[in-house]
Amino acid sequence: MLEELFPNVKVEDMIEATNETLYMTSVSVAGTFILGLLLGLLLYLSGPGGLWDNKLLNWVTASVVNVFRAIPFIILILLLFPFTDFLMGTIRGPGAALPALIIGGAPFYARLVEIALKEVDKGVIEAAKAMGSKYRTIIFKVLLPESMPALISGITVTAIALISYTAVAGVIGAGGLGDFAYFYGFQRRDFDVVAFCTILIVIIVFIFQFIGDFVSRKLDKR
Amino acid sequence: MISIKNLTKVFHTKDQDVRAVDELNLSIGKGEIYGVIGYSGAGKSTFIRLLNRLEEPSSGEIELNNQDLTGLKKNELRLARQEIGMIFQHFNLLWSRTVFDNIAFPLEIAGASKKTREERVNELIELVGLSGRGNSYPSQLSGGQKQRVGIARALANNPKVLLCDEATSALDPETTDSILDLLVDINEKLGLTIVLITHEMHVIRKICHRVAVMEKGKVVEEGDVLDVFLHPKEKVTKRFVDQVMGDPDREESLHLIQENYQSGEVIQLHFVGENTNQALISDLSRKFNVDINILHGKITQTQKGAYGTMLVQLVGDKLVVNQAIDYIRTTSVEVEVDPNA
Ligand SMILES: Nc1ncnc2c1ncn2[C@@H]1O[C@H](COP(=O)(O)OP(=O)(O)O)[C@@H](O)[C@H]1O
Ligand SMILES: [Mg+2]
Repeated sequence: MLEELFPNVKVEDMIEATNETLYMTSVSVAGTFILGLLLGLLLYLSGPGGLWDNKLLNWVTASVVNVFRAIPFIILILLLFPFTDFLMGTIRGPGAALPALIIGGAPFYARLVEIALKEVDKGVIEAAKAMGSKYRTIIFKVLLPESMPALISGITVTAIALISYTAVAGVIGAGGLGDFAYFYGFQRRDFDVVAFCTILIVIIVFIFQFIGDFVSRKLDKR
Repeated sequence: MISIKNLTKVFHTKDQDVRAVDELNLSIGKGEIYGVIGYSGAGKSTFIRLLNRLEEPSSGEIELNNQDLTGLKKNELRLARQEIGMIFQHFNLLWSRTVFDNIAFPLEIAGASKKTREERVNELIELVGLSGRGNSYPSQLSGGQKQRVGIARALANNPKVLLCDEATSALDPETTDSILDLLVDINEKLGLTIVLITHEMHVIRKICHRVAVMEKGKVVEEGDVLDVFLHPKEKVTKRFVDQVMGDPDREESLHLIQENYQSGEVIQLHFVGENTNQALISDLSRKFNVDINILHGKITQTQKGAYGTMLVQLVGDKLVVNQAIDYIRTTSVEVEVDPNA
């Protein structure tokens, strides 16, 4: 049946492309989570009334975030070529897409982190201060746990954006399902291959969404 | 225990400077339940937040536990705060933590071992009457139960002082009373000094030993709760006293009474912190041959006994009525003859 519908699809190619997409996505999600969380915390903490209220630091962080968020992803990849080459030693393959994916994703996630942190009840932060908390304790035991459901839904949205970035990264020969659909499907006019890659990408997106929603809901005791 | 000198807090806002707390002087004794009452905007919250420096004073001094709080550096302040419990109007519990873990939080901050934390939390859960609810999340509790968690959390590090910022204002009257009872209970059991702020005279009446009335950042009247109830000097204070005595239309009802009860003598009795003479009425009717009609009145209970006024009509032989009135004068109940005059 599959062979009739998708005569040009080879299973082992698909497995390899899917693996590449999953690899790029998971590593870049992990990297984006860490970098985005740091940037988001910095934005929030240095903001007005924050624990480290600091106009200059806030301005610098916000500027970096805004500038990188404004650059279209395809251009970001090209801009980062020298950096990627230096960092990864190559500009081809799934690994070469990672710097661009993380640098493209982190500012986006940072804004979501900032929004999530702003939703944390000021009263609870104040209660922690009244108990004699260190800032570190407030960050790790109040701010992050209390905003965790929103941080998880934020990384889910970001992960889905990253999956589509991985497909774009295909144009620089990063590999993965987007790359495969373009070079082996579109360019050879094998549209069944394009369709099959699309289906796989949609399934991956759904799985990420499902896991994200599930974890976020599980953590939310409100 | 707590001594406050010339404490001032000025907020600089865009259009003006707000003197939220203005040259405030107070001293609060050890083991006392001290109430601060005032209308919204009087500066109560700012005042109580100055006591643990959640708000930095603009000027003035706070001495707490023989420690100059205003001079403490950041790290010293953190340690001092661990000895000052605080509870809040909206409880401010962490929704992501269970009851148990919420109460354990201040112990984690103070660096207590896991074993110590467990013992102490179980003790506190018991103390505030939440046995069996340790694994619940705040969202599964009623308002009163949430405040109990708040109280347990505030007590975790054995503080010397408990600050209460409108701790019962979000609760219904019945729950309010049960929380107030709990506060009295821990005040007596632990000898804890409690400073509470409220806009409800009921709260002051029910549990406070002393009260300060705040208006526009200043304390306008201060003293033993009973004294303030008896001899309110300021207009605000009178309005607060009326809140519990519910007597704003007394003048009018006196007229009606005078018209309707022409015979005998209408007198007003003031019960002022009575424990001994509460049975005055039955005492009178036993000792003298008079009929006593109770016309109007309200008696309420404070920490120092019964307080209130009562209008009664004494009907009988003129001489006996006068004897009865003279008798009342020998008791500690104050009597006012012809109160409408
Ligand atoms: N952070 C702040 N910035 C500016 N003004 C404030 C701030 N906090 C309180 N105020 C002002 O101080 C006054 C007293 O407020 P508050 O202490 O909250 O009164 P209360 O608790 O008695 O209602 C009010 O006029 C209020 O607007
Ligand atoms: Mg207030």
